[in-house]
Amino acid sequence: MSTVKLTIDGKTAEVSNQLTVLQAAKTVGIDIPALCYDETLEIFGACRMCIVEIEGSSKLQTACSTLVKEGMVVHTETERVVWNRKQTLQMLLDSHPNDCLTCHKAGECLLQDYAYRYDVNFRKHDGEIRPQLLDTTSPYILRDNSKCILCGKCVMTCAQVSDRQVLSFAERGYETRVIFGADESIEESPCVSCNRCVAVCPVGALVDKRDMDKIRSWEAETKIVGCKACEYGCEFEVRSRNRKPVSVVAKAPTNGRPLCLKGRLTTELKYLDNPDAPYRKLDKSFEKTTWDKALQITELLEKIERLEGSNKDGEGEE
Amino acid sequence: MQVTINGKQYDFDKGTTVLKACSEIGLDIPTLCNDERLVPSGSCRLCQVEIEGWGKLHTACTTQVREGMVIHTHSDRVIKARQDLLDMLISNHPLECLTCEKSGACKLQDYCYEYGITEGTYRWEMSKPYFDDTNPFYTFDARKCILCGLCVRVCDELQGTNAIGFENRGFDTQVATPFGEGLENSTCVSCGNCVSVCPVGALEPKSKKKFRHWETRTVRTTCSYCGVGCQMDLKIKGNEIVEVQPAFDAHNEGLLCVKGKFSYNFLSHPDRLKKPMVRKDGVLVETGWDEALDVITSKMKEVKKEFGSDAFAGLTSARCTNEDNYMFQKLFRSTLGTNNVDHCARL
Amino acid sequence: MTNSIQEIKNADTIFIIGSNTSENHPVIAAIMKQAKRAGAKMIVADPRRIEMAEYADVFLQLKPGTNIALLNGLMHVIIEKGLQDENYIKERTENYEELKELVKGYTPERVSEICGVDPEYIIKAAEIYGEAPKAGIYYTMGITQHTTGTHAVMSISNLALLCGNVGVESAGVNPLRGQNNVQGACDMGGLPADLPGYQKVFKPEVLDKFQDSWGSKLSNKVGLTITEMFKAIEEDQVKFLYIMGENPMVSDPDTNHVEHVLDHVDFLVVQDIFLTETASMADVVLPAAAFAEKDGTFTNTERRIQRVRRAVEAPGEAKADWMILMDIMNRMGDETRYSHPARIMAEIVSLTPSYGGVSYKRLEKESLQWPVPNENHPGTKYLHKAAIARGRGLFMPAEHVASAEITNDEYPLILTTGRILYHYHTMTMTGREEGLNKLAPHSYVEINETTANKLGIEDGDMVKLYSRRGEVQTTALVTDIIDDGVVFMPFHYSEGKANILTNSAIDEIAKIPELKVAAVRIEKA
Repeated sequence: MSTVKLTIDGKTAEVSNQLTVLQAAKTVGIDIPALCYDETLEIFGACRMCIVEIEGSSKLQTACSTLVKEGMVVHTETERVVWNRKQTLQMLLDSHPNDCLTCHKAGECLLQDYAYRYDVNFRKHDGEIRPQLLDTTSPYILRDNSKCILCGKCVMTCAQVSDRQVLSFAERGYETRVIFGADESIEESPCVSCNRCVAVCPVGALVDKRDMDKIRSWEAETKIVGCKACEYGCEFEVRSRNRKPVSVVAKAPTNGRPLCLKGRLTTELKYLDNPDAPYRKLDKSFEKTTWDKALQITELLEKIERLEGSNKDGEGEE
Repeated sequence: MQVTINGKQYDFDKGTTVLKACSEIGLDIPTLCNDERLVPSGSCRLCQVEIEGWGKLHTACTTQVREGMVIHTHSDRVIKARQDLLDMLISNHPLECLTCEKSGACKLQDYCYEYGITEGTYRWEMSKPYFDDTNPFYTFDARKCILCGLCVRVCDELQGTNAIGFENRGFDTQVATPFGEGLENSTCVSCGNCVSVCPVGALEPKSKKKFRHWETRTVRTTCSYCGVGCQMDLKIKGNEIVEVQPAFDAHNEGLLCVKGKFSYNFLSHPDRLKKPMVRKDGVLVETGWDEALDVITSKMKEVKKEFGSDAFAGLTSARCTNEDNYMFQKLFRSTLGTNNVDHCARL
Repeated sequence: MTNSIQEIKNADTIFIIGSNTSENHPVIAAIMKQAKRAGAKMIVADPRRIEMAEYADVFLQLKPGTNIALLNGLMHVIIEKGLQDENYIKERTENYEELKELVKGYTPERVSEICGVDPEYIIKAAEIYGEAPKAGIYYTMGITQHTTGTHAVMSISNLALLCGNVGVESAGVNPLRGQNNVQGACDMGGLPADLPGYQKVFKPEVLDKFQDSWGSKLSNKVGLTITEMFKAIEEDQVKFLYIMGENPMVSDPDTNHVEHVLDHVDFLVVQDIFLTETASMADVVLPAAAFAEKDGTFTNTERRIQRVRRAVEAPGEAKADWMILMDIMNRMGDETRYSHPARIMAEIVSLTPSYGGVSYKRLEKESLQWPVPNENHPGTKYLHKAAIARGRGLFMPAEHVASAEITNDEYPLILTTGRILYHYHTMTMTGREEGLNKLAPHSYVEINETTANKLGIEDGDMVKLYSRRGEVQTTALVTDIIDDGVVFMPFHYSEGKANILTNSAIDEIAKIPELKVAAVRIEKA
């Protein structure tokens, strides 16, 4: 590994030659927009937002997949780059519902951020719009494929856990979509509600259903907490209004751990005054359950009760 | 007065409006046109509630509590009525939350979310578009205006300027300057007190830097212009102030002037002094703190030794904080030994 | 202010004199308009028909420099009509007979001649003020920036005492302070005779207290005021001048003289946020943090102590003023370090009785109006509630005296100066605001139509103004808000600078220069 020197928008960056242009730009405070890039995921290069101009190369390059080279001169916001990004955004918006008014993702949606940054708006057109197919079968995840921009982050993050791999792409061209299991509903699919996919979705296609209707992103005072269910401590975000915690959402797994439903429910129970009832999946359907069953501590509780009960009896005898 | 609200009994003072009563007990009633500083207008009708035995719904902001009143603030009937109102408003409102500057701080957006109104179902013609960009500090976009009247009432009742009013009637009603002369040629003094109360994106400050409300943090401080000392909240993105909102719970009661509200860009002006400067061969040149302070203190020691304490004089500042001023006079009195301290209190 | 801003709402009569409130204190003006709307009466006295005059029940357009005559005239009518508060005078004041004697000579007719105001208006204003149960007087530099400024303030106090308006809610004597912390700078001892809390430097017990606390030997000799400093510099007695956050090259009268002084001084240090006209003359310039870049407190015009909070980082190496001063003191041998302005406030509180109950902890939750003698005291909404501070209110009758400079054939016009809404003081901040520069781009002089016609000047013409001290070129604004024979210039601009023309003659007591009256001549440029 060696260090290379390159110029990005007139700034000099000295970075490891293993970095991509996007990563190098970040080191000098330049934020290149990207919808499908996530440093914890493999590089997909699908969204084409991160295109940049590199001197000596006539084609625009995706900054997320291009490695830095000694002496490289990169321009990230030229007229040509911006024009192309606008086109990309316009196409995405053309097949995206105009509902930021009430969309739960508003305020933390990357598509909204970039549309604002590049001043691209919804427009009326006669072309096709993805049909709204809401999957409401899960109490934990709401899926709205009409908002999906096919960035692939959910598929990749799910695939990182070898015994899951529930999400995948189906069909081709404009019909391409993300499916759960063998194109099943979330309920019927093998999905274990870990919410990894929700945590990485840049738009409102996958949202946390237990957070919906409780609070909007901009109202929330947020605190990142480590999960206490096991010693790895995956990250969750506790969202509060007027200092009263109202919801918990999954943020990021820790190294070597996948995020899990048990952890999420444990965190809810720990931080929220009135968490919604827990659900668990039994035979391809969700069923409301009790906290002890959801956390699989029924036996333990019974044993505690027995132990403490016998203690009490003991005291009584004396 | 004994009043029952949503099945629970409470006591309120006579003359309390139903809206105030609800807010006292922590009940959130939606309203787009209410402002405690103004005479209630009941124009948005969103705060309507059901009062047993009173027939039709009544606006909470204009109704005073009465002995024995039984009020329902969120009955099915009330919710349906509010949903209809929001539906009508949003049907005549451009759906631009994607890029609207107000997004995240918009009451119409908040209430639509709360009442589940995702889009307008009335397919009527939209109001006539009108955009006034002539004021240097803010813009007016009539398409987004919901005619709550707050701007007009604040300009009249609180600011006393009367630069804007309602024009035309019925569906054609618009907030406008007299004779359609535009803001530039109106009596507007750019105080921005209308902008501070606009619940939607109709009146928007012209910010130098693009920002979204959810990216900002807020710091309460005191305005640094005149001696009124208005309290205000600075909205900050990164290391820059992007908007100023007046404090409503201070002696300025939600009011500011053109300087307090809009004139904060000097802070990030490129001319700001960034390094100490010392005159060398007749020219001021930038240097470090060490050298600058050394030059000052060695001169101080020299003058004190040669000419005594009263050869020093200092002008402290009516622009600086109390603590700065205290330190300044302490330097002169205690360290240098002279009372030759004054400032421009007389100018 | 003896009283508070919010109290204006309940005043029965609002008397504005020498204050262009809607331009200089816009939020107070808004509250006054709200009071007017709720039924208060309003009297406005000013040489220009300012916006507040439109709201007035009586507007007195007086000649610059005749405030005392007008106030005496009002008192004359009040006493003649028996509108004075006899009980209040008996119980809470002294020296009434002397006042009565003096104002006897100020009949509406005589005052009318001096001030150029219709006698009927004087009578009407006196009735409105005299009949009001609670009447507040609001004034600014239009009263004080005269060679007779102190006497004019006393005359205001006489009028308020006469009608029992001191120590009463929604009334009082209310100077509206021009700058954000001019009150605080005075409170903190930024005056040549006063240690913090107006404790006099020549009182041995005061000096002992501060010497004990600071561990140094202090001088009991009253220091120099600005004007005296400048003189001492010219006489080579002052060698070292340190200016923090001030711009006398624009704000002070007789700019040519100021320039000469700053040029002459042996060593000049200027600490500011921009390279001002004054800073560019310095030997050392120190970059300071602006209000949003530091923690601290300001004290407003109603004595309200409020927090200033650091919101953003200062640019480059700029530092908070207190930090710079502390560094200098440390290098000079005073080892005291303060970790935060809260520590400085704690020291202020320990030495300043009127700030005795102030702490940053309290200021997090509330603002406090001094006097606030201890930590359980809620602060003071209005002064002199139980009794006048000195015991009884003393009437200090004063005669009208003409301004230092009067018009003659060579300089036939009176120039008066002031501020405008869209700029602030020397424009260090506002001059760098695009929007404000669009609304108020350049210096101008307001000239009455008749005056303009006589001189062959039209609106928008470039004109030259001459006084005994210098000449200035600016744009003519022909208007009827000002009387024939009087012209007005805003003093903010460094191009077309009004203070080149103004007179540095001072009020002998308060040492305030007579910025409101100078004799000038105008010619078409």
